[in-house]
Amino acid sequence: MIRFDAISWRFLRVWRRNLITYRRIWKVSFITPLLEPLFFITAFGLGFSGMIGAVAYGGVQLTYTEYIAPALIASAVMNNAFFETTYASFVRMYYQKTFDGILATPISTEEVIIAEIVWAASKATAAATIMLLVLGSFGFVTLPQGLLILPLAFLGGLAFGAAGMFFTGIIPTIDMFNLPIFLFITPMFLFSGTFFPVSNLPAWAQPFALAFPLHHLVELFRTYCVGANETPTWISLLYLPLFLLLFGLLALAMMKRRLIR
Amino acid sequence: MDPIIEIHNLIKTFNGVSAVDGISFSVAKGAFFGLLGPNGAGKTTTIRMLYGFTPPSSGELRVFRREITSDWRWIKAKIGVCHQENTLDPDLTVRQNLLVYAGYFAVPKAVARRRAEELLDFFALSHRGDAKVMELSGGMARRVILARALINDPDLLILDEPTTGLDPQSRHQLWERLETLKASGLTVLLTTHYMEEAERLCDRLVIIDHGKILVEGSPQALKQRHAGDRIVEVAGPGAALLDFLAASQIPYDDLGERLLIYLTAEQEIEERIRSEFCMDRCTFRSGTLEDVFLRLTGRELRE
Ligand SMILES: Nc1ncnc2c1ncn2[C@@H]1O[C@H](COP(=O)(O)OP(=O)(O)O)[C@@H](O)[C@H]1O
Ligand SMILES: [Mg+2]
Repeated sequence: MIRFDAISWRFLRVWRRNLITYRRIWKVSFITPLLEPLFFITAFGLGFSGMIGAVAYGGVQLTYTEYIAPALIASAVMNNAFFETTYASFVRMYYQKTFDGILATPISTEEVIIAEIVWAASKATAAATIMLLVLGSFGFVTLPQGLLILPLAFLGGLAFGAAGMFFTGIIPTIDMFNLPIFLFITPMFLFSGTFFPVSNLPAWAQPFALAFPLHHLVELFRTYCVGANETPTWISLLYLPLFLLLFGLLALAMMKRRLIR
Repeated sequence: MDPIIEIHNLIKTFNGVSAVDGISFSVAKGAFFGLLGPNGAGKTTTIRMLYGFTPPSSGELRVFRREITSDWRWIKAKIGVCHQENTLDPDLTVRQNLLVYAGYFAVPKAVARRRAEELLDFFALSHRGDAKVMELSGGMARRVILARALINDPDLLILDEPTTGLDPQSRHQLWERLETLKASGLTVLLTTHYMEEAERLCDRLVIIDHGKILVEGSPQALKQRHAGDRIVEVAGPGAALLDFLAASQIPYDDLGERLLIYLTAEQEIEERIRSEFCMDRCTFRSGTLEDVFLRLTGRELRE
């Protein structure tokens, strides 16, 4: 059903459409990534660190704020990308009929779907950039290798964007997005080595955490922020593209089934 | 004849139910072609197959003499579509809607900007170029959709019920613009269930119902063939009139408390009905496309 010959760089035209609407509200869009890390770092740094000493992670000792800073960026990448291809794409597809308008032009369904996913990754990368600046200015990011977070944020954004697009392809109504968020996003946010190392989990639970894409993004971010990790880098670098490939194909198949009538 | 659209035995089924059930027609270059039918007749489905949105279940479909399945990108680049529902981008202004849409067609930026201003001017929208789409009245939104459908300078314009829900002023204004486009030689395919609209704009039309074509022809020929030149509407017809009509083999529709009599241009019978059967309960008028439509598709309510 997926026509690979219908995929071309024209998808950037649809990507640009999203950029134009984003530019109209960019000031508002920038507030969250600007303030969110400040809230978390303040709350955990001031209120929490007295209770928790150092975190033993990957053979080094980290303060708690050092430990969670990279995970905050990774979680923001996940949330930005996933919310964009779920709620925002669903509104464009279902309520605004934006896709119906586009599909009367020389743009293919495949290109619309790819544009949405790439846009989600772009928006996530923009948020990651701002958070990197904020957290970097507090010394939570080792430079220059910390800059590697940005291309990795884009890769992670593509992966979570594809997953969101897949759910948009199968969900009947917009309020049912609660389900994948509760069953997929929330557990991932809590158990991906974000707020405590996966090695603290009981042995039976650890493989689940290792299957979470967020875990691999967090591991990669931590590798380049603090120079330590618990999962070999090559595994994470392999896992994320494979996850993207799988959910990219699923998203294309399900969205096409939904859009083509 | 240079055919722009050629459709042969086109069928579309949704879960075993036929929405379009074997229709055939062709549209010549420069023609203003009407696709008429009540709600649910299959007009939108036909149109969606034409611009490659809905894949046909079976049948032949050629646009600009090419196959939509293989040459879809080339064909769509030369078509302008005005959807039945409002598909304007509410996140963008009126002008941005035109420019972004031009982007989808890869129209060069400078050309797009010039064309957008021309179209805004043509549709009397210049003063609303920076307005948000949500702020527009129904008539204005329609005009923006039409302007957007023309941004790629199409060779075929497809209009799906462009005036449904508009007030008479907006409708007449839109008709004038469409007449100008027609005069410029643009090929247009229009769906509507306003007979006045079809009569005014279309050179040729088909009436479809339940996915099948009932008749095809020019509005004039269809009126002649299916409505007669003159129509007499009689309120509360008596038995004597019914006997007379039966005896003279004059076609009529008995709607219970009302009778519609279809007459030829011949004056004699009209005069007899007027003098012998009518008193004050008759209306004499010309046959319209609406009479044709109702005779062919029936009078029961749809949906
Ligand atoms: N996506 C769809 N799935 C199932 N049935 C459909 C779909 N689209 C249209 N139909 C059905 O096909 C028939 C023709 O619809 P449509 O082409 O929209 O009619 P029109 O535009 O003439 O009002 C209707 O009975 C409608 O319910
Ligand atoms: Mg319709």
